[in-house]
Amino acid sequence: MKLFRRDMACRELVEVITDYLEGTMPARDRRRLERHLTACDGCTAYLEQMRETISLTGRLREKDVPPELEDRLLAAFRGWKS
Amino acid sequence: MQPVETSVVDALRDGDEETFRRLVKEYGPSMLRVARMYVSSRAVAEEVVQEAWLAVVNGIGAFEGRSSLKTWIFRILTNIAKTRGQREGRSIPFSAVVGDESEPAVDPERFLGEDSRFPGHWAAPPRGWGPEDRLLAAETMAVVEDAIAALPASQAIVITMRDVEGFDAEEARNALDISETNQRVLLHRARSKVRQALEDYLG
Repeated sequence: MKLFRRDMACRELVEVITDYLEGTMPARDRRRLERHLTACDGCTAYLEQMRETISLTGRLREKDVPPELEDRLLAAFRGWKS
Repeated sequence: MQPVETSVVDALRDGDEETFRRLVKEYGPSMLRVARMYVSSRAVAEEVVQEAWLAVVNGIGAFEGRSSLKTWIFRILTNIAKTRGQREGRSIPFSAVVGDESEPAVDPERFLGEDSRFPGHWAAPPRGWGPEDRLLAAETMAVVEDAIAALPASQAIVITMRDVEGFDAEEARNALDISETNQRVLLHRARSKVRQALEDYLG
């Protein structure tokens, strides 16, 4: 393997993983990262953990505002209207 | 403006209560959570949200649609929240430059040293987190919640907008008035720390 196409180190991968998941990585780096993943169980697990982290974080979302706040907001809206 | 959005804006200008109620249902919970990151208590966050909605209806006549309605609403919210937090003597998020001060995503001790055969590769690789029911347990969710609460405010706000409330990168950075790079660096640091907290707990 040529020197300038050195394999990505795991230590480097963990720092660029957000760029990878955000799709903001140049194609060349992306290929380098994906090549690394095919050969590295640790980084494959790390990527999976990152995805699980994102999905768990999303479960914190609440669907409703407290009813008394909603009432207050509506009252304020009616006040504004009149 | 998108046609749908134009009709929403028009209805709001006309004082249509149903439209207002719908917007409150859609954005209210996210507004509350984001506001909470800037101020000292849930009660103050509710006041901020109320003040923001008043500013929205008062300002809707002048809304020109240069950003999406959602971005505009959250711009108003974060400005009010910032002022309020400042008055409470809290430090202002996003006031510091996001530097390249070293904040590694993973403890450097977990990688092999330069003198090893594979420098920079895992010495202590991560492992799978096991069954779904453990991941989704209330205790695990509390770990995520606590990890976010422990983050510096700018990181907490970005991860909340992106990963809790589902804003895309563009929406988040416009609502917060930060650069694309800062948004990504803050998100990266936040996610890395939440992952670490989960690994400590589940690992």
